[in-house]
Amino acid sequence: MRDFLRAYPAEAKLLVVLALLVAGLSVAAPEFLTLVNITSLINNNAVNLIWAVGLLVVLIAGGIDISFAVGASVVQYLVVMALIGMGGGGWAVGIALAMAFGIGLGLINAALIHGFRIISIVVTISTFNAFFGLLMFFTSGKSIYSLPDWLSRPIYLWELQTEIGWADIRLPVAVMAVCLLATWFLIRRTTTGRQLYAFGDNPEGARRAGINIWLMQAIAFGWCGMMAGIAGLMQAHVTKEVVPNALIGRELDVLAAVVLGGARLGGGRGSVLGCVLGVALVAVAQNGLNLLGVSPYAFKMVVGIIILAAISTSNIDLAALLAPKRRDRE
Amino acid sequence: MPDVTDAPPAIRFSHVSKVFGGVKALRDVPFEVGQGEVHCLAGENGCGKSTLIKIITGVYQPETGAEMDLFGERLSAITPTIARQKGIAVIWQDLALFAEMTVAENIAFETMLGNRPRFVDYAALRAKAEAALARLDVTLDLDARLGTLPIAQRQVVAIARALVGEARLIFMDEPTASLTQAETDALLAVVRTLSARGVAVVFVSHRLAEVLEISSRVTVLRDGRLVGVYPTEGMTQARLTELMTGKTFDHQVMARETSADPVMLEVAGLSRKGEFRDVSFVLRRGEVLGLTGLIGAGRTELAHVLFGMTQAEEGRVLLDGREMRFASNRDAVAAGVAYVSEDRLALGLIQPQSISDNAVLSVLRRITGRAGLLSPKAQDDLVAHWVRELAVKIGQPGDAVSTLSGGNQQRVVLAKWLATEPKVLILDCPTVGVDVGARAGIFRIVRDLAAKGLAILLISDEVSEVHVNADRVLHMAGGRIVGEYDPRQTTLPELEAAVYA
Repeated sequence: MRDFLRAYPAEAKLLVVLALLVAGLSVAAPEFLTLVNITSLINNNAVNLIWAVGLLVVLIAGGIDISFAVGASVVQYLVVMALIGMGGGGWAVGIALAMAFGIGLGLINAALIHGFRIISIVVTISTFNAFFGLLMFFTSGKSIYSLPDWLSRPIYLWELQTEIGWADIRLPVAVMAVCLLATWFLIRRTTTGRQLYAFGDNPEGARRAGINIWLMQAIAFGWCGMMAGIAGLMQAHVTKEVVPNALIGRELDVLAAVVLGGARLGGGRGSVLGCVLGVALVAVAQNGLNLLGVSPYAFKMVVGIIILAAISTSNIDLAALLAPKRRDRE
Repeated sequence: MPDVTDAPPAIRFSHVSKVFGGVKALRDVPFEVGQGEVHCLAGENGCGKSTLIKIITGVYQPETGAEMDLFGERLSAITPTIARQKGIAVIWQDLALFAEMTVAENIAFETMLGNRPRFVDYAALRAKAEAALARLDVTLDLDARLGTLPIAQRQVVAIARALVGEARLIFMDEPTASLTQAETDALLAVVRTLSARGVAVVFVSHRLAEVLEISSRVTVLRDGRLVGVYPTEGMTQARLTELMTGKTFDHQVMARETSADPVMLEVAGLSRKGEFRDVSFVLRRGEVLGLTGLIGAGRTELAHVLFGMTQAEEGRVLLDGREMRFASNRDAVAAGVAYVSEDRLALGLIQPQSISDNAVLSVLRRITGRAGLLSPKAQDDLVAHWVRELAVKIGQPGDAVSTLSGGNQQRVVLAKWLATEPKVLILDCPTVGVDVGARAGIFRIVRDLAAKGLAILLISDEVSEVHVNADRVLHMAGGRIVGEYDPRQTTLPELEAAVYA
């Protein structure tokens, strides 16, 4: 237990806060702790979580990406146009194309950052504008409402009829689970992942140790782009349409959730578990406010307060609080 | 030292020269280190030490004519990869470690290198880290995050990392610069263990005492040339300083009788929880009062209270007879207290800004014109005055501070504070990172300022510094003033024995 606290201090604290929030809401709002509500929460946040783990890898490597949500819009458009062009396609082709386009956009960011030695926030604010501008220019802002049939048909992986309605788990949740697992595997279990942490932690130290810096940037931003692409396709699948300006602004929500989950702006720290908890905390808080009948306009404010509270208490060290007990035993 | 009679030396270089854009950084220098030897490379900044290290580690290529043998093997060229394969490792001053990763990951980091992704074998990684620490006779918590360790232990991690790479010769660049005495002793013990196991260590250090204590031979460079290679047996600090600088220094005690001078600063029963207790002393007009003690004795904490950065819980401070309660250092500056901090690089100067802008930073209000805008003329006059007064060697006042040497940077800091026209000047370790030669210049300024009536509190962990330059010396230990000495009646060895006891 203490080892977990020491290795994941931010995550542990978040877990406590989330547990308290869930406990409080299940008393205050009876609808909260129902299968229907919980499964819909999970379905609705799958896309955010896919983005979150992509962004996580960039944050670990010491960068930041503002362009991924707009990038996802670009990928949506390109993939759907390509699928329509080839007469329909299917899931395998769709996912492969989304990943490929996403990686491509990520590599553009990586190449600009590495090639011109510009910090990532400047580069990705530029590409954020460039991607969005190009998309709106070439599409004239027109949405696509007639997606291939297979893409717009919801896929239910599990469903159950309860007294208050149907509870179900849909395809994006499974895709999200795969993305989470793959990211966890990359950053925890592979040497490449550990190099990403090292690079984000101390770039000069990593360079001296012989780490390939360009490779690190390419992997981090490529991974983020790939996740953005997959999330974009899932978003199109859920909404059954492609609206060019639908995703703009989502990047900051995701960024806030990931930072809330313990990833450090500046690199070297962050975990998949933290992403899950960060996204979950924001989602549960919003859902709770909704169920309690609070005005939607108050959501953002409350989310802002939660994030501020979490960041400003980040000096409280749970592991240190537990330390004296351990000394007694010894 | 192990038996190395038949073993070829770890390093035998000769005729090493290096020219940078017409400037000769090294001229025909030889360098030899035996296997398992602890060797010191000494010299002032710019003498060619770092160039030599970079040639040995393959970062720079020497001019033609150099002969380079590593462990008995003649090499025509050295690249960083070859140097690493031969077992040459450098522990840089900034250590190049990863604060967010665990001790084990840091030590066995090389197992995670390579462009081809592999699975991380955490068991093998821990085993390697454990083995490296065992070779140093040190135990550390392998799962602790590196950032939670004190600097001294991080250094051990860096050394252990070199051992995982099968290092047979380790360069240590200023390894003790930020260590306490106890930590330095522990590090020196580790170095002895390494040496006993046949790993050679080359020390690069400004602190001559420990250099003489640990190494068996010292190579002295000056202006890119070899001065000589000397056994440390029988070598004194004064002699080594002479060799490094080519000058003889007057180590005569400067102290003079000050007891009749008027009191400028009086401190009575000053306490701050966890930092220092019941501190009382007087500082007189025109006096240089030395304050020494080991790192952690509470010296800097005391200075922070006198400068209003933190507040005492008990006791009184009287400046020029009036009781002072500083709520912040702005109050202290207004009342006439100036403080030159220990960490000049981070706190004292804004490195990328110009010399001129740095010098006037503390007195911006005095150089503003009627409309509240800065007057370039007033600024230029003020800067010119202090550059002349303190003999700062600068190119243009508009050059960045980072272009100056340590000694000249220190003078700019002094200028910045002297411009506030203080009554009391607190100097906290003013010679950290400053060359032996430049130190003398700084102390000459200190004496001049005192002669003009400034009351100076000189804090230093180098006992010899306060012994030579102060009129009286206070010894602080464990947050208390434990002794007061008159340098005219106490010899340096006596004072050192008291402080380092």
